[in-house]
Amino acid sequence: MAEFRITGMHTGVPTHYCPGCSHGLIERLVMESIEELGIQERVIAVPGVGCAGLAAAYYNCDCHSPSHGRALAVATGIKRVRPDNIVFTYQGDGDLASIGMMETIHAANRGEVLTTIMANNAAYGMTGGQASPTTLLGQRTTTSQQGRTVKANGYPVHMSELLSQLDGVYYIERVTVNTVPNIRKAKKAIKHAFQNQIEGKGFNFVEVLASCPTTWGMSPVDAAKWIGTDMIREYPLGVFVDKDQGVQR
Amino acid sequence: MISVTLNKERCKGCGLCVEVCPKQLLQLDAKTTNDKGYHPVMITDSGSCIACCSCALRCPDLCIEIREV
Amino acid sequence: MSKVLMKGNEAIAEAAIRCGCRAFFGYPITPQSEIPEYMSVRMPEVGGVFLQAESELAGINMVGGAAGAGVRTMTSTSGPGYALMQEAMSNFSAVGVPFVVVNMMRGGPGSGGILVNQGDYFQATRGGGNGDYRVLVLAPYNVQEACDLIQEAFDLADEFRLPAILLGDAMIGQMMETVEIKDVVRENRDISWATTGWDRKSRPRNVLFSLNATNEENEARILGIEERFHKAAERARIDTYRAEDAEVILVAYGTSARVSSAAVDTLRECGIRAGLVRPIFLSPFPVERIREAVIKPDVKAVVAVEMSRGMMVDDVRLALNGEKPVYLCNRVGSFVPMPDEIADFVKQILSKEVR
Repeated sequence: MAEFRITGMHTGVPTHYCPGCSHGLIERLVMESIEELGIQERVIAVPGVGCAGLAAAYYNCDCHSPSHGRALAVATGIKRVRPDNIVFTYQGDGDLASIGMMETIHAANRGEVLTTIMANNAAYGMTGGQASPTTLLGQRTTTSQQGRTVKANGYPVHMSELLSQLDGVYYIERVTVNTVPNIRKAKKAIKHAFQNQIEGKGFNFVEVLASCPTTWGMSPVDAAKWIGTDMIREYPLGVFVDKDQGVQR
Repeated sequence: MISVTLNKERCKGCGLCVEVCPKQLLQLDAKTTNDKGYHPVMITDSGSCIACCSCALRCPDLCIEIREV
Repeated sequence: MSKVLMKGNEAIAEAAIRCGCRAFFGYPITPQSEIPEYMSVRMPEVGGVFLQAESELAGINMVGGAAGAGVRTMTSTSGPGYALMQEAMSNFSAVGVPFVVVNMMRGGPGSGGILVNQGDYFQATRGGGNGDYRVLVLAPYNVQEACDLIQEAFDLADEFRLPAILLGDAMIGQMMETVEIKDVVRENRDISWATTGWDRKSRPRNVLFSLNATNEENEARILGIEERFHKAAERARIDTYRAEDAEVILVAYGTSARVSSAAVDTLRECGIRAGLVRPIFLSPFPVERIREAVIKPDVKAVVAVEMSRGMMVDDVRLALNGEKPVYLCNRVGSFVPMPDEIADFVKQILSKEVR
């Protein structure tokens, strides 16, 4: 027996996401974590640009939404001058792993005391479902209409594995939200990534495998299943780095 | 007593909550549509709800609240 | 602070610190690298932030983040680096984040060269980013003025909520001159708009986001920038040298103004009443001041002197709107037009004008 209350960290503005999109869900986990950690007044949101970029209307806190790909640079600027604030970025795979790859690698390498959530839905949702760096091989998108090939688009990018090679990272975990148990685990990871920042530890990165039913051309339920059958094979879940536990993969 | 609040106007009829309810108490109301034109979620037998909150946890649009009253 | 002999770049950095700049994010590029070097030492001394970014693109976004969080922040660069900052200039102008960018121009286009040049005038004044936005541009022509103007730039940026550019060049950055740097304390800066963490009481939630949900919002944002920019235009000023009774007026900024004042003296020695009008503001361009100084019965011709293919000359023509004939005396490729070259050019056109 339990209760479930809607988090006060949400402004209450109805979301623009498609039915079954994971962004609304992952953002809710971020908001719940912030509320449960009692940092609502210290937190500053830095959303990336893309479907999740409109979350500036949903996070019930100060919010600085920069240009596409620049979230981690803006977040670095904020955190460096306001170290007592809790600064987080919430970015899609395109924003973080494509146009923002440079900012991401260097923020992680500098060990910025930040919390970064990457919603990996293997596509550019807002612009209509184009291929992104994390699109799976063979996956059809509007710019890989016969399915992604290595020759045309290179290999899928594994951000958790990639960033775990940098000494500056403190905590990296890949989770997903396609089932209730996984949602609980994702919440735990996201909250941990914020807790680390509160304790001055950084860089914290949580990659969340997310579904994009509309551009995947699937129902929300099937999209959740596809994560479990296909995406997880390419992007295995787990903790990649956790310096508290001496985990380093 | 458990009260299940469903925000039918916010609901987008994605069906994820319907799929996870262990007691199959939820379904999309085929007879009505909300302002956005979605068939919103409805509960068939709230008395049988065990307040596991799976539906609320699974909802991407913050449409479900579960309270003990 | 007493008078000291300092290199332009370093004096400018110290002047920024002395007016409360407490965060610097930059990237090495000749001819301004002394600024990040200097800041890497001084910022920690004053409890400020110094960070060398991985690129100018990242650096300017760090600046926007820090300035958007209410701290006086700056970066410095040169042409190629400033080119990487244009997306951010457009974005941060749109959301009204004030900060200062020092741009020490060098040879262009492309990698161009590392010597003095003025070929970035359009980029600085017209803006290289997308959309209807504006930035403030101030142009010093010696080290003392550079120190005074960067301090003024911070105040203007705060007042008009627009980024401000200090547009120098390799000469101004690299030369050493005596300078007296003032201590300016800005205690009560209004940062109620900044993203500093929302206490839910003292003010509404602050959101800095340049995407507009409606045309009305987009229009209001642009008209807001225009209004602030036109208010700033009231401050746009010039400096003049021997221009009161002039029959021909040279118009030049920065290093070109230095050689032009020598040309004025040369011309005066051979009986030609030359004068110099030097815009200190380049954006907003000081149209009224220039018209006052130039549209007079004695003035037969106006000569814009530039180290570029001619860019400021367009603004001079727009300002004078056909009232006086405007000529261009210029060199490109980082050649500096020499005073006697300028003098000969003036004599040539005057002979045509007088006929």
